Amino acid sequence: MNEINPSSPTISDAQTTLNRREFLTKSSIGLAGLAIAPGMILFDLAHGRAPSEAVTNKVRWGMLIDNNQCESGCNDCVTGCNTEHGLATPTKPTDSQWIRKVQLKDTSTGRVSSLPMMCQHCEEPPCVDVCPTGASFKRADGIVLVDAHTCIGCRYCVMACPYQARSFVHEVLTDQKPETPRGKGTVESCNLCVNRIDKGDNTTACAEACTKAGHNAILFGDLNDPESAIYKRIRTVASTQIRADLGLNTGVRYEGI
Amino acid sequence: MIIRLTAILFSIIIASAAFAADKSAMPKLDIGKGGGVQCVEDPKEMRTTHMGLLKHQRDETVHKGIRGQKHSLAGCVECHASTKTNSVLGSNEAFCQGCHVYAAVKLDCFECHTSKRKVTAGVKK
Repeated sequence: MNEINPSSPTISDAQTTLNRREFLTKSSIGLAGLAIAPGMILFDLAHGRAPSEAVTNKVRWGMLIDNNQCESGCNDCVTGCNTEHGLATPTKPTDSQWIRKVQLKDTSTGRVSSLPMMCQHCEEPPCVDVCPTGASFKRADGIVLVDAHTCIGCRYCVMACPYQARSFVHEVLTDQKPETPRGKGTVESCNLCVNRIDKGDNTTACAEACTKAGHNAILFGDLNDPESAIYKRIRTVASTQIRADLGLNTGVRYEGI
Repeated sequence: MIIRLTAILFSIIIASAAFAADKSAMPKLDIGKGGGVQCVEDPKEMRTTHMGLLKHQRDETVHKGIRGQKHSLAGCVECHASTKTNSVLGSNEAFCQGCHVYAAVKLDCFECHTSKRKVTAGVKK
């Protein structure tokens, strides 16, 4: 009893020392976390970046199109796109077209369905490979664009695209939209509403129109963000890339085809 | 010596006459809302280097997605479009067209970009 008594304060001392040590370790970790966290949190909240910040490959924009939800007679995505970017309704085969509806028919079952077809925003875009001036390029966040300032209108990219997604502007244009400059002698295609994305909007004109029409067939989002709806959905539902055999790893995916 | 002096005198007279003529031919520009307000850079510098600034800005915007910077074409139009027509083109008094006609430099920007100021629906500026 006597022997234990003097030793007990030593034990409690050792405990306090340990506790203090633990406390110090934990609090220092906490402090370090606080020092880093604000930047990280801000980064996440802004979903990527401030307008003055350059795009990075941390984000990859893409779309998932549900063929089962897409209605055959509906053309709202096309109209939405045309309104957003100031495209006239095509009257001639040579008129510009950024998105079009394609009718599909399964000859064995007779099932008829339709889907919107546009630039698939490939990871390995053939249009970029063939461009002689570097005008056709892929932005860090996965959007494939044409820099009209350097486009010479050779139309190699139009030929190279397996999805026939690109158009050439043949005629002089007037009254372009401020967000979408377009002009004669250059090639153009779906820009994934880059004007909206840069503003921080998390939707495109076609996706918005589709949701408005009540079909919800187009899901737009960041393929790299584990919190995004598209990230979760492509991991739970079977989806395919059109002409996946080409190995282009498209940013636009389809389900139900 | 006399010949040299006469030559110098003549050249001064001719130069001043030309200068006077230039001044009268200079366009009276409608500088829009930008009148009296400091431009993004010194006006003297803007006259000589605006094309360089715009070219740099356009590459930043198109390739890196950097928007809302001070050297944007939309910014030029926003400030300098005529308060009457909302455009930087359309007449020889219009800000861009007027000066480019005077300097005989082809103006390509507005073959693709809009020359009109964005007007908020319902509110006429």
